[in-house]
Amino acid sequence: MSEILLETKHLTKEFPTDRKGQVVHAVNDVTLRIYKGETLALVGESGCGKSTLGRTLIRMLPATGGQIFFKGQEITSLSEKEFRAIRPKMQMVFQDPYASLDPRMSVRDIIAEPLNTYKVCNSKKETTLRVAELMQSVGVPVEFINRYPHQFSGGQRQRIGIARAIALHPELIVCDEPVSALDVSVQSQVLNLLKDLQQEFQLTYLFIGHDLSVINFIADRVCVMFLGCVCEISRKEEIYEKPLHPYTSFLLDAIPQADPHLRNKERRLLSGEIPSPVDLPSGCCFHTRCPYASEICKKERPALKDYGGRLCACHACQP
Amino acid sequence: MENENNILEIRGLQSYFFTEKGVVPAVDGLNLDIPKGKIVGLVGESGCGKSMTARSIMGLLKYPGKIAGGSILFDNRELVGCRNRELRKLCGDDLSMIFQEPMTSLNPVLKVGRQVRGALLTHNRSLSKEEAKRQVIEMFDRVGIPAPEKRYDCYPHELSGGMRQRVMIAMAMICKPKLLIADEPTTALDVTIEAQILRLMKALQQETGMSILIITHNMGVVAEICDYVYVMYAGQIMEQAETFELFDHTAHPYTQGLLASIPRIGANPERLHTIPGVVPNLLHLPQGCTFCNRCAYATEACRQSRSELQSVNGSHLVRCFRREQREEDAV
Repeated sequence: MSEILLETKHLTKEFPTDRKGQVVHAVNDVTLRIYKGETLALVGESGCGKSTLGRTLIRMLPATGGQIFFKGQEITSLSEKEFRAIRPKMQMVFQDPYASLDPRMSVRDIIAEPLNTYKVCNSKKETTLRVAELMQSVGVPVEFINRYPHQFSGGQRQRIGIARAIALHPELIVCDEPVSALDVSVQSQVLNLLKDLQQEFQLTYLFIGHDLSVINFIADRVCVMFLGCVCEISRKEEIYEKPLHPYTSFLLDAIPQADPHLRNKERRLLSGEIPSPVDLPSGCCFHTRCPYASEICKKERPALKDYGGRLCACHACQP
Repeated sequence: MENENNILEIRGLQSYFFTEKGVVPAVDGLNLDIPKGKIVGLVGESGCGKSMTARSIMGLLKYPGKIAGGSILFDNRELVGCRNRELRKLCGDDLSMIFQEPMTSLNPVLKVGRQVRGALLTHNRSLSKEEAKRQVIEMFDRVGIPAPEKRYDCYPHELSGGMRQRVMIAMAMICKPKLLIADEPTTALDVTIEAQILRLMKALQQETGMSILIITHNMGVVAEICDYVYVMYAGQIMEQAETFELFDHTAHPYTQGLLASIPRIGANPERLHTIPGVVPNLLHLPQGCTFCNRCAYATEACRQSRSELQSVNGSHLVRCFRREQREEDAV
């Protein structure tokens, strides 16, 4: 495989609660690698910690424990000042295109903000030229440069958010559910754009999502999370073909398929709900919902093991 | 009623917003039938008028929205122009609705059990409170809420999203309605919970023989449980057919585009199909077909005037001038 762009070791993120001594375990002991040029998808149900992990990875949130390496350099212990040189290399696209653009800034100001912060351009004229160039590459007509966010549709706003994210030539972009707020016909436009930009600018994506069919289109590798823990990391083809972790197969079975002929297909559904991230279950996080759980699952947390290039954390896993 | 087998018949419904900038035809001349004991889907993208249709049926249109014309017949009663008091008797009893966001549609300061009991007591005044509570707990059990006696005394914030939606379903079902309107019932939920809720709705429908109108943007949900589908775009029905017919012999370019845009597991295309452009502004609709500016098959005729809904195969209707020619092209 190619070069590792970003790597985490035993990364943990906890949030304090109102009650003393009680914490929300949002991300638990996550060890993963993101290779240069790939799209790694993070998938899981709401509250499983995927967005928190995405934000912690690029230091938008401080990690509680563990380490993050960006191109071999440890970044968790860097000071704000030292980290400033690395930050432009990691950018983010947000889920809600309505909340993530300042309604009082014009498109020019929104896209130019990172350029000004890092003093990339020497003159105002140069900045405007660069903004126009960025607008062109995401497919927003340049004549709209003086418009404000409320004058755009959701899809166009998401394009503006993407233009802002690529303004500083980043290497890694964390896309936090970039298409879940969009309609299907617009969603496919934005997904195609993300793919095109990846090729054009050699970007690496961490794509956070909950829709497995969207992920099937965009991802190279998929990382399935449950309750802050990594269940399985595999190449896309393998994960859809033969999921290793029981949770992955339940997730795949639950998707409503846009084909009525599959209606009567035997589907296994998960019962129960996600346990609270405040009091994590002992042992495997998933054992309270897992039909295959045995004694060992209740006692011991399974480690992420390598099964011929695929990683899976399950006591019952048989590749 | 034109057909005795229908529980609901909408004819020529026009729900307009009268705004300062002009009249917005959110629903324009809609015809829709819901047969007894069937699940009907109304599908479309945001802003197409599908929620406005549901709100028109329930009499929940807010200013500046108004029903400007048409008729809604429910169980041989005309709902358009119906007095508020009569409508209130009906809503929650024979006709009930589930909303998209279960958090905002439950009262946060009342225990969920009492809220559901309230709905029951409003329509059955003779019932004693104890008997009503017993029925609520029984209903909670039926919609799959674990430990229903305990949950009766919970506040909405103590329940998860899936549980809240079950409470909403219990509230909608408690008076044994003849028609349940579900407006994006699973959109706010996770896939594993979505699958549970869809299965529950189907089971309740089969048990009670009621009819369901599901409003959704998700073709997967339609394929999963609907018997009959209406596809809506910019305030009008573009295509309607039985579910299998619609998916197997999709006739309208919009429906085809919509289905082709969905990423599918198993297929690994380099690029996804897209429908170019965006939904037109309802204030400035094109003179002709509302889809003509995004349609690859549009001709001068499409830009000049709108087609009527015409049958391609029995109950499969399509609003498109080019359908015959496109059928020939396909052969």
